Amino acid sequence: MAKSIKLRAKAKDGVATVKTLISHPMETGLRKDKKSGKPIPAEFIQEVVCESGGKTVLSAQWGSAISKNPFLSFKFSGAKSGDSIKVSWVDNKGNSDSIDSKIK
Amino acid sequence: MNHNRRTLLKGSLAAGAVGAAVSAGLLTPKAVMAAWSKDAFEAKEVDAALSGAMGSADASASDKIKLKAPDIAENGAVVPITVTSMIDGTTNMSILVAKNNTPLTSTYELGPNTKAYISTRVKMGKTSDVIAVVKAGGKLYSTKKEVKVTIGGCGG
Repeated sequence: MAKSIKLRAKAKDGVATVKTLISHPMETGLRKDKKSGKPIPAEFIQEVVCESGGKTVLSAQWGSAISKNPFLSFKFSGAKSGDSIKVSWVDNKGNSDSIDSKIK
Repeated sequence: MNHNRRTLLKGSLAAGAVGAAVSAGLLTPKAVMAAWSKDAFEAKEVDAALSGAMGSADASASDKIKLKAPDIAENGAVVPITVTSMIDGTTNMSILVAKNNTPLTSTYELGPNTKAYISTRVKMGKTSDVIAVVKAGGKLYSTKKEVKVTIGGCGG
């Protein structure tokens, strides 16, 4: 199954820089289908959580104004190469995905 | 015929119908995703959005927050925003687009070792101030920057 999350996490001098790109339509619910004229229902990620070493590093709440195929980058200290890192998301329809990786 | 009796029966039938609808799942209770700040994200004014997201709308302007955003957004659907807070003890950060229908784009809760740095991309409907608000030591601080948008990004 293809994961929707691309994750890159690098540690330098104890600080991990995380960049993540998620495949998701982030539909606002305001657009209309060009053929039928019917509104395209809202479908957007509402929560993104990042954990490392068993602790929550970042907890984000998103609205539909985050761009399609959302990008997110953040940093945290106390990190070293080999540490575990996990990013997960849940959207308004109850869909979700997550990825487990290691900091490089 | 006794009209009161008829009315009473009619009324109780209606009440019964509502009860049946609830149990059938047609009238479902709110708060499925209780964690998501629905009020904050649906607020149409910056103050209401901020109150919902950060607990207050009272933010002091600060020059210790760096808000990086383009002067002109070529594409309102994808506007890169980076917020860095140099204020000690920053625990939360939020990004708002003042003139979007619903200004709150996102809000972030930082872990104890997490840097006050967030970079993401937002949709802007038209030229507007982008406002970055951070919570540090329980107080709110903000900064803003106007971003000109040539092609709006909300599909409207």
